[in-house]
Amino acid sequence: MRAPDTILPLCVEALRFAAGGVEILHGVSFTLEAGPPTVVIGPNGAGKSVLLRLLHGLLPPGGGAVRWATAPDRSAPRQAMVFQRPVLLRRSVMANVAYPLALAGIGPRERARRAEEALDLVGLSALADRPARRLSGGEQQRLALARAAALGPEVLFLDEPCASLDPSATRAVEEIVAALARRGTKIVMTTHDIGQARRLAGDVIFLHRGRVVERAPAARFFVAPETPEAAAFLQGELVW
Amino acid sequence: MGDLHAASTAALGLILAADPAVMGIVGLSLQVSLTAVLLAALVGLPLGALLAVTRFPGRQSVIVALNALMGLPPVVAGLLIYLLLSRSGPLGPLGLLFTPSAMVIAQAVLIAPILAALTRETLSGLWEEYAEQLRSFGAGPLRAVPTLLWDGRFALLTVLLAGFGRASAEVGAVMIVGGNIEGFTRVMTTAIALETSKGDLPLALALGLVLMGIVLAVNVLAQVLRSAASRWAG
Amino acid sequence: MVTLRRGLLAMVPAMAARAASAQERTITVASTTSTEQSGLFGHILPLFTRETGIVVRVVALGTGQALDVGRRGDADVVFVHDREAEERFVAEGFGGPRHHVMYNDFVLIGPAADPARIAGLRNITEAMRRIAEARARFVSRGDRSGTHAAELRLWQLAGVDPTQGRGQWNREVGQGMGPTLNAAAAQGAYVLADRGTWLSFRNRQDLRILAEGDERLFNQYGVMVVSAARHPHVKAAEARRFVEWLTSPTGQTAIAGYRVKGEQLFFPNADRPEPARPS
Repeated sequence: MRAPDTILPLCVEALRFAAGGVEILHGVSFTLEAGPPTVVIGPNGAGKSVLLRLLHGLLPPGGGAVRWATAPDRSAPRQAMVFQRPVLLRRSVMANVAYPLALAGIGPRERARRAEEALDLVGLSALADRPARRLSGGEQQRLALARAAALGPEVLFLDEPCASLDPSATRAVEEIVAALARRGTKIVMTTHDIGQARRLAGDVIFLHRGRVVERAPAARFFVAPETPEAAAFLQGELVW
Repeated sequence: MGDLHAASTAALGLILAADPAVMGIVGLSLQVSLTAVLLAALVGLPLGALLAVTRFPGRQSVIVALNALMGLPPVVAGLLIYLLLSRSGPLGPLGLLFTPSAMVIAQAVLIAPILAALTRETLSGLWEEYAEQLRSFGAGPLRAVPTLLWDGRFALLTVLLAGFGRASAEVGAVMIVGGNIEGFTRVMTTAIALETSKGDLPLALALGLVLMGIVLAVNVLAQVLRSAASRWAG
Repeated sequence: MVTLRRGLLAMVPAMAARAASAQERTITVASTTSTEQSGLFGHILPLFTRETGIVVRVVALGTGQALDVGRRGDADVVFVHDREAEERFVAEGFGGPRHHVMYNDFVLIGPAADPARIAGLRNITEAMRRIAEARARFVSRGDRSGTHAAELRLWQLAGVDPTQGRGQWNREVGQGMGPTLNAAAAQGAYVLADRGTWLSFRNRQDLRILAEGDERLFNQYGVMVVSAARHPHVKAAEARRFVEWLTSPTGQTAIAGYRVKGEQLFFPNADRPEPARPS
């Protein structure tokens, strides 16, 4: 079920970004539609994290445009982002989930209902009263996902959410992401883990040295990449 | 060596005897300094947090000014407040000079810059960690201020303690604006100064030991609270 | 019911009394460290309060500072000991009239070794001259206090310009009587002190009285109500009551009754012409 005032599609046009005189993105263009997860893959330093931050509005573009279907004041509250290292408030698990809901102006009763639902989704209900920063790494990332999910975003950005997790915690996070996608949340996720991209992606944006080298449905990309760079990356030969 | 021994014996005697005059002085010291910390915190903590999260032209100058004010000699602060509160000064009609309220004001003025500067330092690290996530939630710097103050509460306890230590150890300013009136504005430090000028060094030292004991007790209490709480919060 | 009402009735006067005491029945007296630190106020003020219900808050400063506090209107009464400065204060319209209250005397204190050989001298100017000639260390208040004024007057009478020795044998510490005595004790120096502070001073090391008794060492105290015309908030009625009490037979007897180690420190003379003074 999609909200009538959808913020998608997202049009990215000739997006550039430089930091400290080094050009990180050299004019990136693509369009994001509603649907299954879009996974941004590419070797380290390709500019994946910067791209996500530009899309979410955490960084100002150095050129080009990030255009949502609605005005920024309408589109910003409909997005959420989870970072590689979860930033948890020094409060209880429950209070962490409730915090952005309170910021969004949601009343206490509705806040509690949504927070409980989100904690249930990620399997942390039993730990609701525990201090968030005492959780294990995997639990912390699940909490960050719950906190984002509770906001009911139309688009959820995930920046390498499993980069510092062990395999079982990774699996748990992937299951939550898949569940959110099934519920209609548009997932936009970066990863350098090809296996994870295979498991989750509906379509793939392959980013290499600050350019979109290939954009394809997952089913085709992983079987028959069209560019030599993508082929080399999939064979594990392109590390940088 | 004999003097030190006499002083510690006398200090113990003062505490054990619970002499009402000494207890009154101790009580007033605590009351004045704790009130001053509270007042200074109301201004200093939000100001420090604001400086930690905002970037504006002139911010660096404000920080430099705050750091300089941390070194404000108490006597100078005392004199300024004396001139303000004096009957012939702009705030004279309030009739606050030579009252405990004047002492609270003096101590608050002295420690507010300390609280602000230390708060800024303490919270900048936290802000570095939180900034991106809070912006993702749509919280600007102003909205971040209460969040940082709350999430930094355990570290800020140390900041408050530093302020309390400075306030309760201060003598120059409270002597000038309080007048060291027996039974009314005499606190530990001015009592110590008085006994020193009477040449009763052992008694002065004994009062000093009592003062240090109180500051130590407050610190221990706060430290226990802090470590228990931060063990909880991680 | 009856007990309850009685309880309530009993509370009313108690509350009224507290409200009254919180209100107006206090005065602030700017006075000198010598009177406060000698313990005189601790002896006489409770008597005054018991008699009148007026609580006296004493701010103890040097005479010069105490007069300034009066000038700014920060005290209701000034009770000090520097006649010239007091008369100037009255002439400038800051308060008055000035009343004699009592006198005590200064003593010349020095180390037991007595390098200037003044022990036992009654002639104070001779003693001062010998200190200057021997260039023996002398610690001066240097704080515009009544005692400092007396010091300077005595140097002048002795024909010595103490500024010549400033920083060498004559050291100005710019502090109250107690800290000045502490400094003298630490350095084995000569020092002029009021007898009251000296008697209650504990950190004497090897200091002792070397010269005393010259009538030029007498030290007159005066008291003045701060001008309500200049400072309307001054509690003139209570302040006048205090001055009247000090100069009344009751107050004068109380002053005479204060003793430290058996010695009378202050000699009431409100009703007598003050002792002969150098001029």
